[in-house]
Amino acid sequence: MKIDELKTNAVNTWCPGCGNFGLERAFKQAVAELVDEGFNLNEFVMLSGIGCHAKIVDYIKLNSFYSLHGRTIPPATGIKLANQKLNVISFAGDGDALGEGLAHTIFAAKRNSNITLIIHDNRIYGLTTGQFTPTSPKGFKGRSTPQGSVEDPMNPVELMIASGATFVARTFTGNINQMKEIFKQAIKHKGFSFIDVLQPCFTYFNTFAVYQKDCYDIMEKKHDPSNFNQAIERAREWNYNGGPIPTGVFYKIDKPSFEEAELKGKDLRSKDIATISDILKTKI
Amino acid sequence: MNELSILIGGKAGDGVKLGANILARLFNRLGYYPFVYEDYPSLIRGGHNFAIVRAADKPVAANYDQFDILIALNQETVDKHKSNLNKGGIIIFDSDSVKAQGIGVPLTKIAQDNSLPLIVRNIISFGVLANVLNVDFKTVEDCIKSAVHKKIDENIKVAKEGYSIKIGKKINLSKLKNPAKPLITGNDAIAFGAVKAGLKALIAYPMTPASSILHTLAAYQDQLKIAAIHPENEIAVAIMAEGLAYAGTRSMVATSGGGFALMTEAISLAGQAEFPVVFILSQRPGPATGVPTYTSQGDLFFALHAGHGEFLKIVLAPGNVDQAFQLSADALNLAWKFQTPVILLTDKHLSESTYAANFKESQVKPELANIWNKKGEYKRYSFAKDGVSPLAFPGDKAVVKATSYEHDEFGITTEDIDPILNMVNKRLKKKESIIKYLKNKETVKVYGNKNSDTVLIAWGSTIGVVREISEELNLKAIQPLFLEPFPTNKINEQIKNAKKVICIEVNATGQLASLLKNNGIDVDKVILKFDGRPITLNELKNKLKAK
Repeated sequence: MKIDELKTNAVNTWCPGCGNFGLERAFKQAVAELVDEGFNLNEFVMLSGIGCHAKIVDYIKLNSFYSLHGRTIPPATGIKLANQKLNVISFAGDGDALGEGLAHTIFAAKRNSNITLIIHDNRIYGLTTGQFTPTSPKGFKGRSTPQGSVEDPMNPVELMIASGATFVARTFTGNINQMKEIFKQAIKHKGFSFIDVLQPCFTYFNTFAVYQKDCYDIMEKKHDPSNFNQAIERAREWNYNGGPIPTGVFYKIDKPSFEEAELKGKDLRSKDIATISDILKTKI
Repeated sequence: MNELSILIGGKAGDGVKLGANILARLFNRLGYYPFVYEDYPSLIRGGHNFAIVRAADKPVAANYDQFDILIALNQETVDKHKSNLNKGGIIIFDSDSVKAQGIGVPLTKIAQDNSLPLIVRNIISFGVLANVLNVDFKTVEDCIKSAVHKKIDENIKVAKEGYSIKIGKKINLSKLKNPAKPLITGNDAIAFGAVKAGLKALIAYPMTPASSILHTLAAYQDQLKIAAIHPENEIAVAIMAEGLAYAGTRSMVATSGGGFALMTEAISLAGQAEFPVVFILSQRPGPATGVPTYTSQGDLFFALHAGHGEFLKIVLAPGNVDQAFQLSADALNLAWKFQTPVILLTDKHLSESTYAANFKESQVKPELANIWNKKGEYKRYSFAKDGVSPLAFPGDKAVVKATSYEHDEFGITTEDIDPILNMVNKRLKKKESIIKYLKNKETVKVYGNKNSDTVLIAWGSTIGVVREISEELNLKAIQPLFLEPFPTNKINEQIKNAKKVICIEVNATGQLASLLKNNGIDVDKVILKFDGRPITLNELKNKLKAK
């Protein structure tokens, strides 16, 4: 299919040069290729939180659930429980999934919910005009930290591997092909797939040139994504302050998903109604 | 004698709850309608727990604070409740650990002689009581078999030892002809009612007194072919349930005040995105942690006003298990009919007390929602005469866009004037639609002497005591089942000849009385109780007589 078929009538309001354009393009390409491979277009569901990233659901003609700030994961799991045929993809900002909604992100990894979480990691609150986020570098001067943030940044890649995610990757909006390939792998992965997408914010925190220079593909170093210790080690190579930035799939293992283990074949959209009379008999 | 009240008390861990349940099963078999009130502090071992088991010759939903029999597994039961023993009442106690006058039985020794844990003292004392009431041992055995699931033979043996103890005085309880009924709690009834209306997923985080909805549905999840999920917190609970509803699964959440506070952003989201989800709010005394294991009706205004912004919300409040079964099903059906959040208010007293159920499984069923006809291009928020847009789900041949933002008919964000006004008005139309729909439905119950010019008004579990006293004192009692939309006209109809309107509530500020006043209905008097305990029959009678 052509990616133009995924266009809506919504007017795009991202800033010129925003990394979100590349992310959107890579995702549409991934969907189009998956549809060509036999996926059903009606079985994709996108979710988003609140922030610049979240507008993506208005721009793509797919089922969507435009949620509240920090709350893409619980409804994504709910949707997957309701209908396991659906490919459920949450789009969230770094403030969204690592700040406001961090508990949900860790629990999605812990329970291995069969959904995909794509972080638009611009390391800044864009839509609220420039405050520091969980992944902003130490010393970052934003509108809420004019004297520089005193906190060290969080490393979401390391956190997700440690929390039980079964697919963990990092990519960069300057590398559309890598992004698209990782999105496709993540959507096909059975279990919780997490992708930290480094996405420069051209208005408040333009990191494009730094990422262009520092990002490298971990496969160049013969990385084994099934090896937990190697994955953690690779994840620790970059602490979100300075230095070379590993990208690619850090970790990928097979494990039963939350939904299949929890439901054991039950269909939660079934119209059958069970009888309660056997239960009531025991209460006499 | 055709009415009896028994208090059984002991430490947490003494099996008071099971002891009370077996007593209720006995009265059930003797043709009585049991009602069990449980009183326990927030701890796991020690403290003082008690349960009041009432046997009546008609369905009841309230208890006395005077008793005919005390069963004392600890000294505190005697010390605290002896003064509430009726004249001629009997104390059955463990003579190995309790000092009292009455029927002392070496319960501890019997348990030890049989190498059984001390928890079986509840079963031995049950045997003693059955003898006091002149019940044949076969019925005792049957009760134990129905309620106890481990070491049944050992339990029957020690019950027999208790039963065989020689006693002087007996109480003659006449046997009635009523058939035995299922004995269930308000929370059980809520769980089962929802299942019969098509519930497929209960999402909840444990919080007393709502937890047993989760426990019951988790225990029967395979039998009922549903999911019972316990996520990381109440925020996740509420929005996960909305994800399920968006994808076409009937879902419900259950919590108490503190958890409900965390869910309010999701209630607002359900208002905007038009998600059909039922929120069970089982009240306990607040603010904050308050008194976790006791009862209150203090969250009425909280429920009515939960969630920022203006949107249709439906709030229902059942008063007993039969109403809980019906209204829980109605809540789910209304949520799907009007695509909006529905709050079912209960409280510790209804949620955890045990009642004799008279509902029929077949009295409720899933009612059809407005489903998309699969013609033309789908618009999730299409303008409809009644404000209710047809539903489609992901997987259908449609693009289903749900959103927390203000939106156009397709669900695309808008900040333009006309689309905003149109969508706000579309949602508000649903309020007119439900008011119209409820016109011929029973939203207010009337009890007692319908011609009395004194009218008692109560909501939720408090109607149990109010109904019974209104019948005894020949007064009229009314109960709004719906609190939003508020049935103002139907209440006015019932009080138009009243000289005195008295509102009775288990809260400190008279929230129903305020709600009535806000709707132009004058209340002459309020009777309030807010110490965490429900109003008892003697208490209400005395308060009304003092007026």
